[in-house]
Amino acid sequence: MTRLPYVRPMQGWWRRNPYYVRYMLMETTSVIVGLYAGILLVGVWRLSQGQAAYEAWLAALRQPWAVALHGFMLLAMLYHAYTWWKVLPKTLPLIHVGGKPVPGLLLSAAGWTATLVISAAVYAAVRWWGL
Amino acid sequence: MKRSNAPIFWSLFGAGGVLSALLAPVLVYITGIGVPAGTGMPSDALAYPRVLAFAQNPGGKVILFAVIALFLWHAAHRLYHCLHDFGVHPGLPSKLLLYGSAFAGSAAAAALLLTIGF
Amino acid sequence: MPDNEKIIEIEVLRYRPEQDAEPVLQTYQVPFTDDMSVLQGLQYIKDYLDGTVSFRWSCRMAICGSCGMMVNGKPELSCKTFLRDYYPGKLRVEALAHLPIERDLVVSVGDFVKKLESVKPYIIPKEARSLDDGEYLQTPAQLAQYEQFSSCINCLLCYAACPQYGMNPAFTGPAALALLHRYNADSRDGGKAERMELVHSEEGVWSCTLVGYCSEVCPKGVDPARAINMNKTSSAADYFLRFVLPKGVVK
Repeated sequence: MTRLPYVRPMQGWWRRNPYYVRYMLMETTSVIVGLYAGILLVGVWRLSQGQAAYEAWLAALRQPWAVALHGFMLLAMLYHAYTWWKVLPKTLPLIHVGGKPVPGLLLSAAGWTATLVISAAVYAAVRWWGL
Repeated sequence: MKRSNAPIFWSLFGAGGVLSALLAPVLVYITGIGVPAGTGMPSDALAYPRVLAFAQNPGGKVILFAVIALFLWHAAHRLYHCLHDFGVHPGLPSKLLLYGSAFAGSAAAAALLLTIGF
Repeated sequence: MPDNEKIIEIEVLRYRPEQDAEPVLQTYQVPFTDDMSVLQGLQYIKDYLDGTVSFRWSCRMAICGSCGMMVNGKPELSCKTFLRDYYPGKLRVEALAHLPIERDLVVSVGDFVKKLESVKPYIIPKEARSLDDGEYLQTPAQLAQYEQFSSCINCLLCYAACPQYGMNPAFTGPAALALLHRYNADSRDGGKAERMELVHSEEGVWSCTLVGYCSEVCPKGVDPARAINMNKTSSAADYFLRFVLPKGVVK
């Protein structure tokens, strides 16, 4: 009997299934986290150079393209937060309470709630407090 | 079998992931939409005296450093694996470049925050 | 043929190494009733249309793990997938992804068998025991720590789901690592230290990027993604604490 096992190529694997596409989107949002960190780093740098430099950075952020970019990044960050808490329970040991397993969704919900609460707190601090 | 050093980068990735899941949406909103476009934020919320005072505060420095550094380490780790997923097989040079950039960015953040003073 | 009989079009990815340079799709018109599985559709093809189509099957009830294949691009057990859910659309059946095709819908499983052997899938006693010591006693709580991971039927759907395995077959893979955890988590077992060398390596848990599709497709609810990523946490803890706690991190 002839044996010649055929190995199929992996190119474009992630395009073959919506599940994989969502996974690649999730991965990409993490790269955007880095992009935002870069913007903040530039802000800190400009801050260290004095008022004029810092205000030039703020002025750049007021440009319509910058606001649009941040709108896109906001959507990406929301998807990042959503998927992060969704998968985090997979890294935790099995926990049983009263003989029943604690469902991962409960832990995810705790994470999403934490994001909401902390976001509200930060918003309030920047908006109303002397910082 | 050789022990992987992945735990170092994975832990930094994890810490950055938690921090960004908690803070990135609200920060992106405040700095990129709220203040610049004036929606839901007074336009002077990020004024120089206010932000300078925050950066001069030791607690403020810790927060700024943690956010910038951990966000960078999170992104570097995912970008390294993303390249692999897209079929680009990054070796040691890419690893050095990506994680090196995260390191450089973190070092720069620390240095700048110290320059800003107390 | 009765008037109300439905016909579904089934495309099968054929591969006959003695005549095909590469796999090719072949279409069959298969009459079916609503109770028929994809496996029964293939059996109809083999019995009445084309006896040369090759595929594995056995129990017809989703417990033997033989009939795994790609159905419209998703890893499924063909005995557990129904023709009525695809009609009137077309059904495309291919060999499980990420594994070499031997013939038609039959894949090579040799690598998987090696991976299973590599995780030491048996109870390694903590200390020598004799029959006079009696049986092991285990509480329901102790059983709960590993029971789901013992449900694996070795169907390989998770390997077909895992792109990291597809890109790098050196990766131990979901089912093997879930089985490894099944033994580490069993209170009767004392072989954790022996298995951790594999866990800590690049071919162990560190090739996983938590795509999570393995757990999505598992027909038995094993959740290999959980088994692997739980071990990332403990592997990382051990990595950092190994000099402080040389005997290892307590589970």
